[in-house]
Amino acid sequence: MATEFNPDAEIIRISTAGSVDDGKSTLLGRLLVDTDSVYEDHFENLRRTSEHRGETEVNLALLADGLKAEREQGITIDVAYRYFSTPKKRFILADTPGHTQYTRNMITGASTADAAMILIDARHGMTEQSKRHAFITSLLRVPQVIVVINKMDLVEYSEEVFREIEAAFRVYSQRLTITNLSFIPVSALLGENVVTRSEKTPWYRGPSVLERLEELTPEAKRTPPDVRLPIQYVIRPDQNFRGYMGRLESGVIRKGDEMTVLPSGQSVTIRQLFELDGEVTEASAGSNVLVTFDREVDASRGDMLVRPRNLPTITQRIEAVICWMAEEPSSTAKPYVLRQTTREVSASLEEVVYRFEVETLHRDEVGSLKMNDIGRVVIGTGRPIFMDTYEHNRPLGSFLLIDPVSNGVVAAGMANRVNASEVSNASREKGLVVWLTGLSGAGKSTVSDALVDLLKREGLDAARLDGDDLRTGLNSDLGFTPEDRAENLRRSAHVAKLFANLGHITLCSFISPLNADRRKIREIIGDRYVEVYVRASLAECERRDPKGLYKKARSGEIRQFTGISSTFEEPESPDFVLNTEGVSIDEAVQVLANVIRKRLENH
Amino acid sequence: MFPQMGSVLKELETEAVYIMREAAAQFERPALLFSGGKDSIVLLHLASRAFAPAPIPFPLLHIDTGHNFPETIKYRDEAAQRYGVNLIVRRVQDSIDAGLVSEEVGPHSSRNALQTVTLLGAIAELKLDACFGGARRDEEKARAKERFFSHRNSFGQWDPKNQRPELWSLYSGRKNVGENFRVFPISNWMEIDVWQYIKAQGIPMPSLYFSHERPIVVRDGVPLAHTEFLSPIAGETVETRTVRFRTIGDATCTGAVYSTASDIDEVIAELLDSKTSERSTRADDRRSDSAMEDRKAKGYF
Repeated sequence: MATEFNPDAEIIRISTAGSVDDGKSTLLGRLLVDTDSVYEDHFENLRRTSEHRGETEVNLALLADGLKAEREQGITIDVAYRYFSTPKKRFILADTPGHTQYTRNMITGASTADAAMILIDARHGMTEQSKRHAFITSLLRVPQVIVVINKMDLVEYSEEVFREIEAAFRVYSQRLTITNLSFIPVSALLGENVVTRSEKTPWYRGPSVLERLEELTPEAKRTPPDVRLPIQYVIRPDQNFRGYMGRLESGVIRKGDEMTVLPSGQSVTIRQLFELDGEVTEASAGSNVLVTFDREVDASRGDMLVRPRNLPTITQRIEAVICWMAEEPSSTAKPYVLRQTTREVSASLEEVVYRFEVETLHRDEVGSLKMNDIGRVVIGTGRPIFMDTYEHNRPLGSFLLIDPVSNGVVAAGMANRVNASEVSNASREKGLVVWLTGLSGAGKSTVSDALVDLLKREGLDAARLDGDDLRTGLNSDLGFTPEDRAENLRRSAHVAKLFANLGHITLCSFISPLNADRRKIREIIGDRYVEVYVRASLAECERRDPKGLYKKARSGEIRQFTGISSTFEEPESPDFVLNTEGVSIDEAVQVLANVIRKRLENH
Repeated sequence: MFPQMGSVLKELETEAVYIMREAAAQFERPALLFSGGKDSIVLLHLASRAFAPAPIPFPLLHIDTGHNFPETIKYRDEAAQRYGVNLIVRRVQDSIDAGLVSEEVGPHSSRNALQTVTLLGAIAELKLDACFGGARRDEEKARAKERFFSHRNSFGQWDPKNQRPELWSLYSGRKNVGENFRVFPISNWMEIDVWQYIKAQGIPMPSLYFSHERPIVVRDGVPLAHTEFLSPIAGETVETRTVRFRTIGDATCTGAVYSTASDIDEVIAELLDSKTSERSTRADDRRSDSAMEDRKAKGYF
């Protein structure tokens, strides 16, 4: 062996898979031996073992099978990683078995792959296994695919056989997302078209397997420009230094950048930015960074730093394709833990939408997924997660499901829709009516607007309902007589209730001055009602007078104006009193947000 | 300072640092298994870079067979001091004295296998939930099957046929009480990468890795150091040769290679030309075809 070391070689990760007898291990053994990547003592071991087993030739497959049981049974059980280099490239090859737990192993290998090598036995053509591998390759969006049609020596290097298999593969893959596809006729056993081009296949003008491998590019690392920095680890070496470590999954960050911390929504500025060699002014995707902020914030592992105007989807409901990897089938009744980036949240499988029938690509309706099944599901999470689709941004769209009892990984998933298009049961339970009562100018609308933004950033479904909005439509037939005012509130309460039933945290800003009306509203809405008295003195409200209404009321231009010409009864038993005098809007909003969070926890 | 690292080392370092930070975040009581060999030296250096400016947030654990090269012990103590990290030593001799294991007898005896008992004892005693190891997948065929986060059951055992899936770079260290993990940050490194990294970072190395004159005993074709723990048997003689070590472990089973490579550039040049693997001089691997797998299943490094 002669080791190659090109310090600037690109590292290319490849996954291989094949059926039991496709000759995959032989191909790998051949690549390793012919690229001079096998040490003499390893080869000598191999020769001895082959001889001991009564085989006439050195069995190259034994090189790839690391476990005793694999060598004994002549099968590959678990993913093994192999390394070889050429002057141009460094290859890390995930050798995934086509035997037991095949899907789970193929997905593992494909998850980090820049390219996939799919082996097909020329005598048998496309099998369920090769379809499965093509399907998984497409699902995990492995960007480059090489189909190695092996054992060509056993079909007299027939072009016709090769073209038939190629055509069948192309037909099948038309319904998948496979780009950059190439086919190579090979005899791994005899080394034809493995490293050098074969004279046995004059009709084939393409590259050998190794030549094709050398053309590959590290596609899997490609990510979009959106800044996504999950916080991984926090260090505090001394009182004055609090640093946040993490891998920048995508985008570029610079010293001085304004960032938003999710889920709190706090904004910070990057004061210092470090990579391993020290302080830098800029870092790009893939880098392990350490940042400090211009101010103290509450941020910890599982939180995420993003740019203020480029947020990921903040959601508690994911539509995803998952591969089930555990013996025990999936259950919609069991709790799971979802792990995505550095974040772990409780999760439940709300629905198995369908299972893919890999052979035909049909969609079967099933109640649960069994080991090696791939299906589309809906997942609800206990707390919000910050996600992009897998297609858009791999590190943000990939996740694991973990059984919290055994702690084993039970599924791997790829998000394909992360917007809360339908209301999940989990969020439906979060529906609430927060009824803000108080004088005009007390701050009801200001607080509710800011609160809706904050709650949305936390992934909660928040909506705002305002007396003024309803009066221009639904209640445009009503005036300002006491009866009409009561009717206005009655209708509004019913609308708010509908919102809450759909899972929205509904912030209602209505002066609603009378205890009798507020009692009625509480009755209509029931136990989802939270009454908040937004309190500021009349003098203060009049001083603020945001809409100029007090002025008009004092001049008599407006009649029956609450506080001036009609009564405002202080609420008898509000759930919370929010003082807005002498505090900032931010403070008031944070206080009220806490009230809502507590209320949701007690649900 | 040092020459810029190429893209290969940068990518390997990035991966290793990510895994170290991930383990430090997920586990409560990790430790770094330090043997004084090149892989654990690189691991220690990576840890210092991964957590700077904070100190390395875990101690070193050395499982001492008692059959050490004195240079290893000296290097170990200096390294702990240099990196400002706490060093914990647990001795195989103590396990023997406590009657937990008995010493192998005969000329081929080694304390290599006994280390497992001492290691598992230390994990239990110190309540460690994760141990960083410098194992690499290209070293040995059973190690090629390892995960980055490798689960160990409550008996410290590895079940290679039923490993947890490890996808993307989502490493899960969730476990039940009594279970623990081995974490292998440099899994994807090759031997040459380790030396290139040592060179690029200017990491001082124990003198054993460079050529020197030493009395040796040639056994089964492998030159072994003649020490108080290893004497020649019938037909063997002691001779003085110029050698260096390519891998360092227990002095009784770590073979030397005949070499004149006296500095890091010469070591690298020698490696690029080498026709045999680094573990070819390890008597512990030569015991059987599945020697490593068998030891790993019991809880070995």
